[in-house]
Amino acid sequence: MAVQIRVPTPLRRFTGGTDVVSANGSSLREVIDDLERSHPGLRERLLDENGELRRFVNIFINGDDVRFLDQLSSQVKDGDDISIVPAIAGGR
Amino acid sequence: MAKTVKGILDEARAQVKEITVEQAREMLQDPQAVVVDVRESEEWRQGHLAQAVSIPRGFLELRVEEKIPDRRRPVIVHCAMGLRSLLAGRALREMGYENVYNMAGGFNAWKNNGLPWVADRQFTEDELARYSRHFLIPEVGEKGQAKLLDAKVLLIGAGALGSPAGLYLAAAGVGTIGLVDFDVVDLSNLQRQIIHATDRIGMLKTESAQKAINAINPGVNVARHDTRLTSENIMGIIAGYDVVINCSDNFPTRYLVNDACVFAKKPLADGAIFQFEGNATVFDPARGGPCYRCLYPEPPPAGMAPSCAEAGVLGVLPGLIGSIEALEAIKLILGVGKPLIGSMVYFNTLADRDFVRVLRLRRDPKCPVCGDHPTQTELIDYEAFCASVSFGANGTAEGSAAGVSSTE
Repeated sequence: MAVQIRVPTPLRRFTGGTDVVSANGSSLREVIDDLERSHPGLRERLLDENGELRRFVNIFINGDDVRFLDQLSSQVKDGDDISIVPAIAGGR
Repeated sequence: MAKTVKGILDEARAQVKEITVEQAREMLQDPQAVVVDVRESEEWRQGHLAQAVSIPRGFLELRVEEKIPDRRRPVIVHCAMGLRSLLAGRALREMGYENVYNMAGGFNAWKNNGLPWVADRQFTEDELARYSRHFLIPEVGEKGQAKLLDAKVLLIGAGALGSPAGLYLAAAGVGTIGLVDFDVVDLSNLQRQIIHATDRIGMLKTESAQKAINAINPGVNVARHDTRLTSENIMGIIAGYDVVINCSDNFPTRYLVNDACVFAKKPLADGAIFQFEGNATVFDPARGGPCYRCLYPEPPPAGMAPSCAEAGVLGVLPGLIGSIEALEAIKLILGVGKPLIGSMVYFNTLADRDFVRVLRLRRDPKCPVCGDHPTQTELIDYEAFCASVSFGANGTAEGSAAGVSSTE
């Protein structure tokens, strides 16, 4: 299952500056594991030491927050659109 | 054969039943009955029946079908004295309206009988010209403009996001704009903080913004809060406002403003920016939406994220996001459209097809602040709250967060 992941600016140094990358997996967790293989260091920015989604990062599958789906076990299918949306504070 | 005025009026009386103001009042108990005020808009503005529809006599035939498609509905027409409406009634009968009544004595008799009426806000000549483009939009109109002029909006921060928000709200005629900031204008601000100016470097941002706002619109009352927001002063500051706009630049303030707005049940138009990216939404748990805590239960660990001063921001980006925040505030004030409650617009302005996405947000029933069983019911120490989070055993503090702060 190939999905597209939209990477926010602060994390693009792990993707060589690219804003959209693809990865494989049937669940979000598998997708993140696959991401880690191709873009080492990215997983630690998304998941905490217990392997859970960090509380200042949101991930959306096709526009829906995975916290209200099945968290990291959320199923993904071919062509799904995954957005990583970290908290940003900027306003000045 | 030429007709005289008397002849025309007599003809009209034969077709249009005359009723007294008391009878009109009774008929209007029936929601099916509709009352049409055919006076000119200038007369309407001085005062009118609350439930009346305004169609000046000259536009009657052109507009009535749109306003009253059902020709069987009882239609009461009135003017100031009862003559123009008699002729209007005849025109309606000719158009096939079956139950047309003329209110004898018109609005003057209604008023003199002590029956209830309302007066719309009286706009000055200047205001009529200044807001003429708003008056043309049905969703705004004179009623909407009156709402804007009566509205009070608070901007948290008079910086990059606060600049466009403050300028557009001022131009739109938001009657009271509150500004919270304790900083002074710096040369490095001017690449994006368009409310300020080169000759105001060194001036308090609130004062500089006040000058810009009143230069655009002298009718706006600017309330300056030249202070650092704290858990102690925020409830007193936001109490007087209808809508709060978050234009702050750091996590402690964002959590403070969120929690205070949840407790005070104030809608919060929120926006944040980073380099070429930005997002905007409306937090309003009182209307069923999420709050900032539902979205981000914790801030990124302190000291890990590059600030705007380090990472930079494209000058035009806050123009985009701050304008959306102002737009959302205006939608909330007017009560038109769907505010971005539970929706976040997310801009990646370097992309083409992916330029903007809309993400669906939800209120978290387990949210400590706005959830069904909140565990935090008063304001806390937000500096400590934001300093207490850690990256975890494997993390190093430097440059490792997904989250970003942009404190200058």
